[in-house]
Amino acid sequence: MDTTASYNDKVVRQFAIMTVIWGIVGMLVGLIIAAQLMWPALNFDLPYLTFSRLRPLHTNAVIFAFGGCALFGTSYYVVQRTCHARLAFGKLAAFTFWGWQLIIVLAAITLPLGITQSKEYAELEWPIDLLIAVVWVAYAIVFFGTIYQRRIKHIYVANWFYGAFIITVAVLHIFNNLAIPVTLTKSYQIYTGVIDAMMQWWYGHNAVGFFLTAGFLGMMYYFVPKQAGRPVYSYRLSVVHFWSLIAVYMWAGPHHLHYTSLPDWAQTLGMVFSIILLAPSWGGMINGIMTLSGAWHKLRSDPIIKFMIVGLSFYGMSTFEGPMMSIKTVNALSHYTEWTIGHVHSGALGWVGMMTIGSIYCLLPRLYNKDSMYSTKLIDFHFWTATIGVVLYAVSMWVAGIGEGLMSRAVNADGTLTYAFIEILASKYPYYGMRLLGGLVYFVGMVVMAYNVYKTVAKEKPVPVAVMDPA
Amino acid sequence: MTAFWSWFVAAGTIVFIIWCIWLVSWSAKQGPQGKEDEDLVGHKWDGDLEEWNNPAPKWWLYLYFITIAWAVGYMVVYPGIGAFEGTAGWTSEGQYEQEVQRAEERYAPIYEKFSAMDFDTLVQDEEALALGGSLFASYCTTCHGSDARGAPGYPNLTDGDWQWGDSEDAIIATLTSGRMAVMTPWAQILGSDEAVDNMVRYVQSLSGMVEADAGTMSAQAQFTTFCAACHMPDGTGNQAVGAPNLTDDIWLYGSDADTIRTAIEQGRNGQMPAHGEFLGENRTRILAAYVKSLSQ
Repeated sequence: MDTTASYNDKVVRQFAIMTVIWGIVGMLVGLIIAAQLMWPALNFDLPYLTFSRLRPLHTNAVIFAFGGCALFGTSYYVVQRTCHARLAFGKLAAFTFWGWQLIIVLAAITLPLGITQSKEYAELEWPIDLLIAVVWVAYAIVFFGTIYQRRIKHIYVANWFYGAFIITVAVLHIFNNLAIPVTLTKSYQIYTGVIDAMMQWWYGHNAVGFFLTAGFLGMMYYFVPKQAGRPVYSYRLSVVHFWSLIAVYMWAGPHHLHYTSLPDWAQTLGMVFSIILLAPSWGGMINGIMTLSGAWHKLRSDPIIKFMIVGLSFYGMSTFEGPMMSIKTVNALSHYTEWTIGHVHSGALGWVGMMTIGSIYCLLPRLYNKDSMYSTKLIDFHFWTATIGVVLYAVSMWVAGIGEGLMSRAVNADGTLTYAFIEILASKYPYYGMRLLGGLVYFVGMVVMAYNVYKTVAKEKPVPVAVMDPA
Repeated sequence: MTAFWSWFVAAGTIVFIIWCIWLVSWSAKQGPQGKEDEDLVGHKWDGDLEEWNNPAPKWWLYLYFITIAWAVGYMVVYPGIGAFEGTAGWTSEGQYEQEVQRAEERYAPIYEKFSAMDFDTLVQDEEALALGGSLFASYCTTCHGSDARGAPGYPNLTDGDWQWGDSEDAIIATLTSGRMAVMTPWAQILGSDEAVDNMVRYVQSLSGMVEADAGTMSAQAQFTTFCAACHMPDGTGNQAVGAPNLTDDIWLYGSDADTIRTAIEQGRNGQMPAHGEFLGENRTRILAAYVKSLSQ
């Protein structure tokens, strides 16, 4: 078959498979550090296995390896299908795959060695940062090149979100990582003091907003209507919430720096724009859930739809919780406690994880010319492990975190603190156990997924799919 | 903030707020207002992807407007629009000072009533010691441990050994201004690995851990020249500079040869942070009495 007349699905398959593999790796590291919080001896007195080094490995692996591969893979699939064109620059697309895998491997080597910029979610040192920038620009060229070659006038909504995610992450990554190299493994940030903190959280919060939200909304806008077999609920709602989301998210970073030396006006802006962000965020949830509405009967037979509806529900919950936590009064209680960890994971395991898993289950059979995954029963099993896991995780951390916040501010009649640090830590111990259990259950689901994926794709020789003519 | 940046920030803020308002209003007016299944937009992608053009739910539009209105209201009252300070005159620094002042009014009298009591009585007074115990739990346990027995590098406060002295003035000075204990590195000055080894054993011999021999004899001369200035010729230390007594069986960092060698080769930096400013005079005295009572 003429390769220009068929979709380039090879790179999509590669990214899809690596999504599952990196998901397992990243979550396994998460399990290890959750266990270390209960049993600190599990670092075996090796510096490479200490919490401080494995924690960034966990976050980088789940966000950029698991989430990143899912976004690369699905965006390459979606942009071809909705542009009715083969992916532009095939070799460059292959480069983004191998480049991204190299970055992940370099992260997995350097972080346990303690090579770090000490910036949360931007720990990787300058040579790797440069590589990321190059791969990311290549990604943008492939993606927007395909959009440019599209054979249909209107750009599908999923591509707006993927596009915004690609452009913004490039800007965030480059500006937050500006540094002066000293050696191959050491550099100094060009920003100092509170400006460094502000840059870091401008980046950090928009990593959530554009990497973990906009990108996955792109995924949602393709796979939810596709799997439900129904049109997107509202075009104009997607317009409003898209333009609101990308305009407002940019301002929300300072809510990570409440009651610090960041000027009051900046803290206020971070807070009020976080509140305004509630409606734009819910716009995406409404559009997703209302698209599924009318296909409710499929919930009985199609566990992929279940993943999507629960993922959207967790999206709604964490985008309500986020603005609430950005209010200074609430933040004074929640900040620096396990509540933050609970919030993050209800978004990460609930929204990002479930939407990714659902989309991969929807995508994989199509990539291998099959009607469905090897086992729908196993998908259903995975759905329940994922749901129970995230609920155990989020609830345990909410309880631990609120308790921690209240204990931290409790004072005796003489004005001294009622609880010492160690007493607060002891109070969280049972919840650490519950969290570990939740993580373990979620992880088991991922292993089952890997088995299901293996049985689906092993020995399959994919046939190229012809590019569909626009209607 | 300079006038330029103030206007820049204010303009950015207002433009983005207006943008949000405009978007919501625009969407409310778009398309048919009914909820009809045939209101497809007319685009079709990938065979079966289509879009309806349902109006956004009313409650959602209201929610959006309410959050915007709240945001504007908040920025009128609190600082947010450029250099405009807000009508309430609130600052985070002001809030902090107010809370500290309120706490002072409430709690200061509890400590004030012990201000006239002399130190020796304070060390015996049960009520004062209970207060001191609470203060200790709040401020000291992170380093000295909840049982006050310290950890390597953090002095044990229950053993009766005092690095900086146990008089009222000495303990209060330690709490108020903190302490910086500095031992400089000595390996180069001692000259050779052998000399360092000998010095390690000489230090151990001071408390009878090892027998004196030819090596320790040779180190003794260097000890008198270099170490005695702080640790005294007989090794009993000097509280005026926080130099530990090396002749007893109390060891701040540890008594094994490796730990002592590290101290000699690399030096030590002991730091006790200053607490005077936020504890105030009365609390500091009560805490000092409690610390003194720990070894009695």
